Amino acid sequence: MNPNDMSADDVGANDMSADEPPLLSARGLTKYYGARAGCLDVDLDVYPGEVLAIVGESGSGKSTLLALLATELAPSAGTVGYRMAGDALTDLATLPEADRRRLLRTEWGFVRQNAEQGLRMAVSAGGNVGERLMAIGWRNYGAIRAEAGDWLGRVEIADDRIDDDPRGFSGGMRQRLQIARNLVTRPRLVFMDEPTGGLDVSVQARLLDLIRSLVADLGAAVIIVTHDLAVARLLSHRIMVMRHGRVIETGLTDQVLDDPREPYTQLLVASVLAA
Amino acid sequence: MSAMPTITYNFGYLDEQTKRMIRRAILKAIAIPGYQVPFASREMPMPYGWGTGGVQVTAAILGPDDILKVIDQGSDDTTNAVAIRSFFAATAGVRTTTRTKEATIIQTRHRVPETKLGPEQILVYQVPIPEPLRFLEPRETETRTLHALADYGLMHVKLYEDIARHGHIATTYAYPVMVAGRYVTDPSPIPKFDNPKLDDCPALQLFGAGREQRIYAIPPHTRVVSLDFEDHPFRVQRFDRPCALCGAEDVYLDEVILDDRGGRMFVCSDTDHCDQRRAAGHAGTMAPQGAPKGTSKP
Repeated sequence: MNPNDMSADDVGANDMSADEPPLLSARGLTKYYGARAGCLDVDLDVYPGEVLAIVGESGSGKSTLLALLATELAPSAGTVGYRMAGDALTDLATLPEADRRRLLRTEWGFVRQNAEQGLRMAVSAGGNVGERLMAIGWRNYGAIRAEAGDWLGRVEIADDRIDDDPRGFSGGMRQRLQIARNLVTRPRLVFMDEPTGGLDVSVQARLLDLIRSLVADLGAAVIIVTHDLAVARLLSHRIMVMRHGRVIETGLTDQVLDDPREPYTQLLVASVLAA
Repeated sequence: MSAMPTITYNFGYLDEQTKRMIRRAILKAIAIPGYQVPFASREMPMPYGWGTGGVQVTAAILGPDDILKVIDQGSDDTTNAVAIRSFFAATAGVRTTTRTKEATIIQTRHRVPETKLGPEQILVYQVPIPEPLRFLEPRETETRTLHALADYGLMHVKLYEDIARHGHIATTYAYPVMVAGRYVTDPSPIPKFDNPKLDDCPALQLFGAGREQRIYAIPPHTRVVSLDFEDHPFRVQRFDRPCALCGAEDVYLDEVILDDRGGRMFVCSDTDHCDQRRAAGHAGTMAPQGAPKGTSKP
């Protein structure tokens, strides 16, 4: 089950040149927590501009996989390679800490399920969005504030909330602020861990719409972890189904969801109301 | 019954091995300007927060020929200054002074003397919290990593928040500086008025934090830049009147409440500077008429 097999179809679906090499590439990725396996022998490639959904039930290893890809966890075995702008594929394990951090605040973004983990709750909305800009060397207050204001507008947060801190924001607003904070440096790759978890359905729908249009504008690649097949169907071009730490099925989103091959995937799809 | 033997201290109170350990930390600190060097801080016969770090640094560099001056908020005659001065007079027998120009070592809390320092002098700061990132990032492991990687975006987030909330950078003391273009450093709680004096200073500047067990240094003639934004540049506070006793302008002033009817005066925080100026014949609006030199302070 090599995801490379899918690449031609996939990039076609995504209107990308078929020759473009993968942005992120994992081989044989395995993580053990003691004797228990978090995820086992996962291969995957993510191409520039594509949205890949990783779905599965709780405990299937999808969050572990995301943390491994984002180098937040060290794998027990296997490698993760990333292609920096205009560069060859680099093994992230060999990357110095300084470069890895620079990557995290420039070319990557990470949108977490709990906005509290992804935001500085005591810092104003403008400061939250501006932090990445300041970290990459912006030193003009007016410019930082203008850029932050622009991004708050893009995620539909009113101008007059720029100096309020996110403790006074609703769950949906916090999540939108987190997205603005991550996208302000125009990352090439964004990790999302259940970005719509814990939000009510109408807020979810607006947020998904927003994510879809922003990601399309920026041309960013996204790896999104979700247990919600509707989210996967709306956002993603390609889907990976995980169970017990292994990838059991992968393919184009509509293909997998409309015509699941594995019994487990069939069960998953059948268990969703009107997915 | 024989009388109790009088207590004799080793020169400068600390034992020689401890002084060597502290000197090694100081040398390392000088070699890496602005880097916080851990050291095995000792218990001193004074509480934390009263200058245990500064005292240990002073004890380690003090020699029999040194002349010591100790100031607290610019003043030679407050409790902390008097206590530390007499501590070293008793344990090292060194000469002490209140004259900035005479001193070879000046231990200070919260001020840099107004008088320009020379290359033969050493300024020792007492530091409560040496980590400039502490209130932004509580984890010591993380702040060390941020220093190691020169990852200082967080520091500017604080300044950004200041401007967003107050319209200007509202930090007025312990204003963060970049030392030699590498380490963001806490200059100790001196008013930001004193920050420009740290830059290209001919004197060696040593910082000791006893409770936090850190020593850091700014070697002579090191570039020290106060952090700011291009469109909100660093500025020191200005006073709209001169010192009421000596008429000095461009010095840091203390406000002194005179009565309970709103009466107040502004006088030099640096008492030695004020005394020297009055001795030289300068007088402010509230100076006593025909004042004898360097005596009357309110």
